[in-house]
Amino acid sequence: MDNSQKRILMAKTGLDGHWRGPTIVARALRDAGFEVIMIGMASTDDIVRAAVDEDVDLVGLNIGGHINVALRAVNSVQEARPGLPLFAGGTVPPHAMKQLQALGVEVFPPGSQLAAIVESAERLTHRSS
Amino acid sequence: MLVSVSQEVTGLIDRALCGERSALARLLSKIEREHSSDVAQLLLGENLGQAHILGVTGPPGAGKSSLINSLLPIARQHFDRIAVLAIDPSSPFSHGALLGDRVRMQGDSLDDSVFIRSMASRGDTGGLARAAFGAITAFDACGWPLIIIETLGIGQVELDIVNVADTVLVVLNPGWGDVFQANKAGITESGNVFAINKCDRPGADKTRQELEESLRLLHADQCPRIVETVATSDRGADDLWQVLLEHQHALQAGGHLEETRADKRRQLFRKLMVNQLIAKLDSALASGESEPLLADMMAGVISIDDAVHRLLQIGQRSGHS
Repeated sequence: MDNSQKRILMAKTGLDGHWRGPTIVARALRDAGFEVIMIGMASTDDIVRAAVDEDVDLVGLNIGGHINVALRAVNSVQEARPGLPLFAGGTVPPHAMKQLQALGVEVFPPGSQLAAIVESAERLTHRSS
Repeated sequence: MLVSVSQEVTGLIDRALCGERSALARLLSKIEREHSSDVAQLLLGENLGQAHILGVTGPPGAGKSSLINSLLPIARQHFDRIAVLAIDPSSPFSHGALLGDRVRMQGDSLDDSVFIRSMASRGDTGGLARAAFGAITAFDACGWPLIIIETLGIGQVELDIVNVADTVLVVLNPGWGDVFQANKAGITESGNVFAINKCDRPGADKTRQELEESLRLLHADQCPRIVETVATSDRGADDLWQVLLEHQHALQAGGHLEETRADKRRQLFRKLMVNQLIAKLDSALASGESEPLLADMMAGVISIDDAVHRLLQIGQRSGHS
């Protein structure tokens, strides 16, 4: 087994209880050879700490609840780990999608194909070191 | 190449030793990805061996992560900083992994005094990950006084943790096997302390009884303690921590710590040596050089024993991989 596996943090923002989406995405990423670190429902502080301590190559956010919580999480992660790519999914309304994209976050609204998410993860994790 | 690697890694080590969290995190990635031996070598000059190392092992789903989570706030009263290395299995097919231990460790008690790192086993068969040894060295060098290592869910023999940890906590559940399971080699021999977690479920008494019997046969005098816990409601966590602490104190007070560590280090050395040898032989086997050999074996021109012998020679010639 080589040691080139990329590491992805998967977190849920907000107070939403749906696990199926992130679980299915995590499985697809695992099957594509990624190491997926799940932290479940997490505060912004928890997400930032995990992104730093786990030295992940990518952060995936499952967005449920208020968009401001997600935007705060994105900002804080970008502050703590400049240049670290993020992508997001979940029930993201169109206006929120634009706000996230403006921050450089790739967004996968309901109906997105798993293959497209995996492709995005592969593209985003080609960091140099 | 070694020079440039060392420069970058040396920089990271300097920053990590000064307490820079992100540098330690990146150093752990370096250890995992490519430069395990370089980093370990560079850390040798540091003040190693100061950390107490607590291993937590047991079958999948026994509640290892949850139990660590309920121990963390209590342990924090004795150790100002705690590192947790949580290992989960890699898929042998995709080489990917779902690292879910952290989901159970999201209590209010978490702050910057706790550093949790998830690690995939990446093909290691001893219940840990190959990079685990380097990661422990890094935490130790950076002055983390307590390092908790959670193995992946083990069956009976994935017990490298025994040669890494000062104290081994084995987590079991009510209904775990029977007296014959308890007497099989492996799990019962490896623990210094046992937790019967989810003890609110039926069968806790019977499991304790059978475990006690088995342990009494193994240990003439100092029988390992058994504590009943319910990790999800923190029940028994205080008692468990006390028992773990007593084991640590007994090790130190008895003056056996250095001796025990030296024995373990020797075992670990042998294990790592065997691992390297296997990797080397695997790569010899995958190389073109072994093709004619395999063809001859398949065709019945040479015996399987002879083929093995010749492959070993190829492995020796190929130098380090």
